[in-house]
Amino acid sequence: MTKKPISTGSEWTFPLIQEYDQVISQIAQEYRLDTYPNQIEIISSEQMMDAYSSIGMPLGYHHWSYGKQFLQTQQNYQRGFMGLAYEIVINSSPCIAYLMEENTMPMQALVIAHACYGHNSFFKNNYLFKTWTDATAIIDYLVFAKQYVTQCEERYGVREVERILDSCHALQNYGVDRYKRPSPISAAEELSRQEEREAYQQQQVNLLWRTIPVPEGKETQQERRTFPPEPQENILYFIEKNAPLLEPWQRELVRIVRKLAQYFYPQRQTQVMNEGWASFWHYTLMNEMYNRGYITEGFMMEFLASHSAVVYQPPYDSKYYSGLNPYTLGFNIYRDLKRICEHPTDEDREWFPDLAGKDWLDTLHFAMENFKDESFIQQFLSPKVMRDMHLFAVYDDEDESEYEISAIHDEYGYRKLRAMLAEQYNLSMREPNIQVVDVNLRGDRSLTLRHTRHNNVPLDKDAEKVLKHVHRLWGFDVHLESCQGDEVRQRLHMPPRDMTPEQALEEGLKYV
Amino acid sequence: MNSYVIDRRLNGKNKSAVNRRRFLERYRKHIKKAVNEAVNKRSITDMEHGESISIPSEDISEPVFGHGRGGKRNIINPGNKEFRSGDRIRKPQGGGGSQGQGSGEAGNSGEGLDDFTFNITQDEFLEFLFEDLELPNLVRKELKEMSDHVYRHAGFTSQGVPNRINIVRSLRNAHARRIALSGKSRRRLKELKALVEQEMEKEEVLRDGHSLLAWQEEIERLDQKIRRMPFIDDFDLRFNRNERVPVPSNAAVMFCLMDVSGSMTQNTKDMAKRFFLLLYLFLRRNYEKIEVVFIRHHTSAKEVDEEEFFYSRETGGTIVSSALKMMGEVISDRYPPNAWNIYAAQASDGDNWNDDSPQCRELLAKAIMPLVQYYSYIEITPRDHQALWHAYEDVQAAFPEQFAMEQIIDPSDIYPVFRQLFQRKTT
Repeated sequence: MTKKPISTGSEWTFPLIQEYDQVISQIAQEYRLDTYPNQIEIISSEQMMDAYSSIGMPLGYHHWSYGKQFLQTQQNYQRGFMGLAYEIVINSSPCIAYLMEENTMPMQALVIAHACYGHNSFFKNNYLFKTWTDATAIIDYLVFAKQYVTQCEERYGVREVERILDSCHALQNYGVDRYKRPSPISAAEELSRQEEREAYQQQQVNLLWRTIPVPEGKETQQERRTFPPEPQENILYFIEKNAPLLEPWQRELVRIVRKLAQYFYPQRQTQVMNEGWASFWHYTLMNEMYNRGYITEGFMMEFLASHSAVVYQPPYDSKYYSGLNPYTLGFNIYRDLKRICEHPTDEDREWFPDLAGKDWLDTLHFAMENFKDESFIQQFLSPKVMRDMHLFAVYDDEDESEYEISAIHDEYGYRKLRAMLAEQYNLSMREPNIQVVDVNLRGDRSLTLRHTRHNNVPLDKDAEKVLKHVHRLWGFDVHLESCQGDEVRQRLHMPPRDMTPEQALEEGLKYV
Repeated sequence: MNSYVIDRRLNGKNKSAVNRRRFLERYRKHIKKAVNEAVNKRSITDMEHGESISIPSEDISEPVFGHGRGGKRNIINPGNKEFRSGDRIRKPQGGGGSQGQGSGEAGNSGEGLDDFTFNITQDEFLEFLFEDLELPNLVRKELKEMSDHVYRHAGFTSQGVPNRINIVRSLRNAHARRIALSGKSRRRLKELKALVEQEMEKEEVLRDGHSLLAWQEEIERLDQKIRRMPFIDDFDLRFNRNERVPVPSNAAVMFCLMDVSGSMTQNTKDMAKRFFLLLYLFLRRNYEKIEVVFIRHHTSAKEVDEEEFFYSRETGGTIVSSALKMMGEVISDRYPPNAWNIYAAQASDGDNWNDDSPQCRELLAKAIMPLVQYYSYIEITPRDHQALWHAYEDVQAAFPEQFAMEQIIDPSDIYPVFRQLFQRKTT
């Protein structure tokens, strides 16, 4: 220890935060962490609750559901059921990080390392974020969205706007293009193009619906044009473009919800990677600071206590267990990658021949930049991490009265376990796969959605309520068929069909 | 280097206020129901805080498509201790499946979620409580006190103190005056200049040197005259004028009259207290300043403090008119009706000395009713009405707008009766 530490007390001050940030930034640069500029904002715990309830968005349009979120957060916090996060960080440029004023100096330093250099560099360099989000435009877009919603509220009434937003929120997980690359959003352009678009869209929709409906019976199979030609995964987009009865401003609202959902989509796909990356770097940066004498031992003790709380994984039988902790999983994988590069064992050489003995920093940057959770786990989850975390897989078949342990952390189980865990983080596995398959153009204009089951897992009971929302947006009958393979297992209709027993029998016979 | 540190703590914390209000608005019905139930359950001294509201989560859920139970699936868990590949474990009977939920999914599939619970503040509580209610005859009266005057802008004057100068108007006046007073001179000046110019255009020999000189002298003179015109004059000044305007009084006095004779049990008094309390809270939402006068009576009336009013024990007969008389005295002593909004609430079990009831009627009709905004009488008794009630019925007939009476039998009646008395009139 050659240097005098930056501070010794636990109180933070603005100059101290700046000084710490400077040192952390310097070390981060040595590790080639490439970041957006940082905007560190100190806020109070009440403001943190505000930030919580708006998914961290610095400004959002008004909606009752955020109020509900706020009340819930407030209630839980005040009753001591939960602590507040130490930070919230927003994928924007400059990258905005909220720090709580209650934090001690070591906490603030930890949070700066974690958010302003960990998450920030992830936002800037991961391919998903690069492709799907435009960090410089998001704030402007949020401003635009907020203004537009307010305008609509003034013109059409809060109630009406709320109804549309409710329905859009119900479908927001289905407002993303999973495969197509989106065009970047820019607020200025949105605004200028919006009126033009309104007129044009309405025209397009009218074209599609130009035909006069023909009574059901008269229609022959040949006449029938299938629309859409291919199943559409982006239901909100489909509705925005094709719903027969929506007003232009309603389409614009659908678009806003869809764009925002799209913006947050990468975050949902990279939870493990992102949190793991940030945790790895706060750990590495703080240790390096300690090695260079910038921080004291007491400081380090406090840091380590917080750090281990963050990456604590309760075992499956603990009462605190609520699934795998993404911080832990990610942190362990990155740490082990570094170990594999620096001190490879025979096992590592067998499993990761390309990585063993390579430069660890190159490897980690590569791993962070080019994957999402699913592929990241598939690529980099090592046997050692599985052993350390004692991972095991439980197979649950509704037709069996017993669970089966299908794989554990042993020679036979590693690959299977890794594949299953990767699949568990596949977003399209987590969310039911539902697509638009048909619109009855000539008949009753009904919309048909198809749920393709995976392993015969059905939809939950909310499905019917969501269908109500789809129905509200679409304006005509909506059907949902839930299929395992080609076989339709369940049908839902909105408005619900009251079938006579004969009809029900007939309906049932169709699927035999 | 690339970082900015910003202190946002001063920005205010109520960013979510709008959303919160939207939420309350949306679930208004639920909240009102909870508030009404709470009023019936709460103890008397307990009206002045918020309330915890529960709404069935079913009603406020935001549905999304999710996986239901069933089918086949693999779930990865950490912390294996004794399991080996191929082990089989019996599924727990009933609900079960808690072990089998992957991260993030635990909340979605559980059945019978708890109610959504949150707190509303005291203000919101009272707002919900008194929604649709209105103070009858809410005529605000003028108060003579100094504090009830405000200065309002009332045009402009030509006299005043320098700090009230209206610069724009003063300068505009000055400008106008300068234009008006110099008009003649400037017109002449223009003419002369034109003449001079005309003359100058002539060949030098043809010029009339004499007139030219005279004109130029006059031009010089006019120029000076115009320049001597003062830029601003006393005469131009305008001052903002303020006027002392009396504002409607925000003060009310509430008289609580209660029978404390032997027949009134503590239970009856508690019910009365609840009623008084509701009235007090309600008045407080409408007036800035409220005074409460407690008058209790048996055979004679006495003005007392709150504690004594509700809790001291007395016995003896009942003469209601004594309290009314006392109220009249207190009003004429301390609360001139032109300065105070006077409300009165009387609670009794209906007992009165029979000969006294007509006297009460006289007193009320002649002396009290003309002075008060509203008089409400509640009779807390399960028994039949007695003379006092019938006497009051006459009063009600005479003052249907200002006088109200209801019977209360048990505590759950209090709030409905209160609502009934103060229901917003639809007309």
